[in-house]
Amino acid sequence: MTDGQKVLKAKSKGKGRFLRELKQNKILFIMLIPALLYFFINNYLPIIGIYFAFTRFSFSGGLFGSPFVGMENFRFLWESGKLSMLTINTVGYNIAFIFTSNFMQILCAILLSRIGNKYFKKTTQSIMFLPYFVSYVILNVIVYNLFNYDVGFINGVLRSMGSAPFDAYNNPGIWRFLMVIFYLWKQIGYGTVIYLATITSISPELYEAAEIDGANVFQQIRYITIPLLVPTFITLLLFSLGGIMKGQFDLFYQVIGNNGVLYDVTDIMDTFVYRSLKQDFDIGMSTAAGLYQSVFGFIVIMVTNTLIKRGHPEQALF
Amino acid sequence: MKGNGSKIKRTPSNIIFNLIAYSIILVLTVFCIFPLVLIVSGSFTQNSVLIREGYRIWPSVFSVASYQELFKYPAGILKAYGSTIAITVIGTSIGLFVMSMTGYVLQRKDFFYRNRISFIIYFTTIFGGGMVPWYILLSKYLHLQNSYVARVLPLLMTPFLIILMRTFISSSCPVEIVESAKIDGAGDFKIFNSIVLPIIGPGLATVGLFLALAYWNEWYLTSLFITNRDMYSLQFYLYDMLNSARFAQEMGMYVGDRELPSESIKMAMVVVTTGPIIFLYPFVQKYFVAGIAIGSVKG
Repeated sequence: MTDGQKVLKAKSKGKGRFLRELKQNKILFIMLIPALLYFFINNYLPIIGIYFAFTRFSFSGGLFGSPFVGMENFRFLWESGKLSMLTINTVGYNIAFIFTSNFMQILCAILLSRIGNKYFKKTTQSIMFLPYFVSYVILNVIVYNLFNYDVGFINGVLRSMGSAPFDAYNNPGIWRFLMVIFYLWKQIGYGTVIYLATITSISPELYEAAEIDGANVFQQIRYITIPLLVPTFITLLLFSLGGIMKGQFDLFYQVIGNNGVLYDVTDIMDTFVYRSLKQDFDIGMSTAAGLYQSVFGFIVIMVTNTLIKRGHPEQALF
Repeated sequence: MKGNGSKIKRTPSNIIFNLIAYSIILVLTVFCIFPLVLIVSGSFTQNSVLIREGYRIWPSVFSVASYQELFKYPAGILKAYGSTIAITVIGTSIGLFVMSMTGYVLQRKDFFYRNRISFIIYFTTIFGGGMVPWYILLSKYLHLQNSYVARVLPLLMTPFLIILMRTFISSSCPVEIVESAKIDGAGDFKIFNSIVLPIIGPGLATVGLFLALAYWNEWYLTSLFITNRDMYSLQFYLYDMLNSARFAQEMGMYVGDRELPSESIKMAMVVVTTGPIIFLYPFVQKYFVAGIAIGSVKG
């Protein structure tokens, strides 16, 4: 048999298989229709629209009536320096978020797992998880309450100590640090739950044996708990690396809003795309920025996944 | 855990460790609750006091005036409340039904295409057209501008929740039950509807709560698709109120005392929109914990 015949045979076999399956599991296929239809409309259909990135979009023209301009939108984004600034901010913040939050979450989980007082443990864990449940709009309020020049809490404290009030909005640099703090505030409880679940699944016998051998609590954590948390950390790390180009839109938009003076240090791909759409109505350019983000993110995921598959196939994303 | 809690020995290293552990956890807990305390305290402070003294941990003069003021003209809030409750209930019910049905099919070992279809769903998290083409599709081509459908549809399903549901079903519903029902002549949908659904209660609760939380806290879809004030979601209503107040302040506009929401009214508004979550939180927290723990294990 030639290769061509083999392919043909495999093809007809595949087709036959599909028809046979369809006949046998008709109901199961029907049960999948709503979800598949949903993802087709909500996620696959919009992919056609990446064509906007190469046009000067007009609402009246629509998808195919707008003039084609080739790479002009991308060239503008690149030459204005926007693209590199947004990439650095998006990736940089995500890396800062990944490492600080995982560190804090591992720390919290280890400490909580070792706390003897049940009420203390339960109450504190619940409170740390609480910010995850409130809407991001609350952050908008919190930032105002803390940093407002006239009525903010921080300036209240500073004034009562006789110091000069602090104008956070004239110190853009400080927001790099604040964004991380706000991210931690929102996310610390979520990851703590994941790491606590891993710690709970560690066999108590390991600790008992270590205790008999004279290991103190610090040594037990260093040589038993932390090594056993590493696989969970790697899984979460790989998962977040896949999303390295996806910015925390809700966080940045609610904390920074339309404070133009802070854009240089806090603008990420997602907030830029949103503003280009909502305020400037620049469909072509905002699509171009979004497409760049999608493709960049896609490449990162594919490279990460291929590399993991080579060494540790069980950790692969898909 | 046997090794912990009950029989910790009082060795010096344990005492030092406990000292460190309790103080770090305490500091972090205060860090997490503190901003919320400022809001609640602000809502119980009279506006004039708030402007003179700024935000404090405890109101120097306790007052419920802001709440009375807020509910003097309750129509706007009640509308936002009503539509948000309705959309949360409708969206959560539909999403839950479709996602559990999908999860059920995708965990059936005898369904040949389960992995391929799972991948088709998962792929949407790896690549997409981006926000703008999606927005144009929904607003220009599907005409969802100022339609409640725009507040329901985009949050209906996520790959994460479908995979979570699939894991829940395959771990809580033995293959034998399905097999024997099949031998008895039950169709696949009937098996799902009358055998599987009733025994996956905890899974439904977990996934349903994730969905409900997303609908309750939604402001983004409203900001994109809704311009009619009467159709605002609760969180966007709050957002709009905060921003228009700030805008008016910055512009030095005075629209008359009554129309510009005061500081303490804004805080009361935050409490009123977030209240139900805080109130339900102690009862539902365990379902989220279960979901996160299961979801983090690769299924």
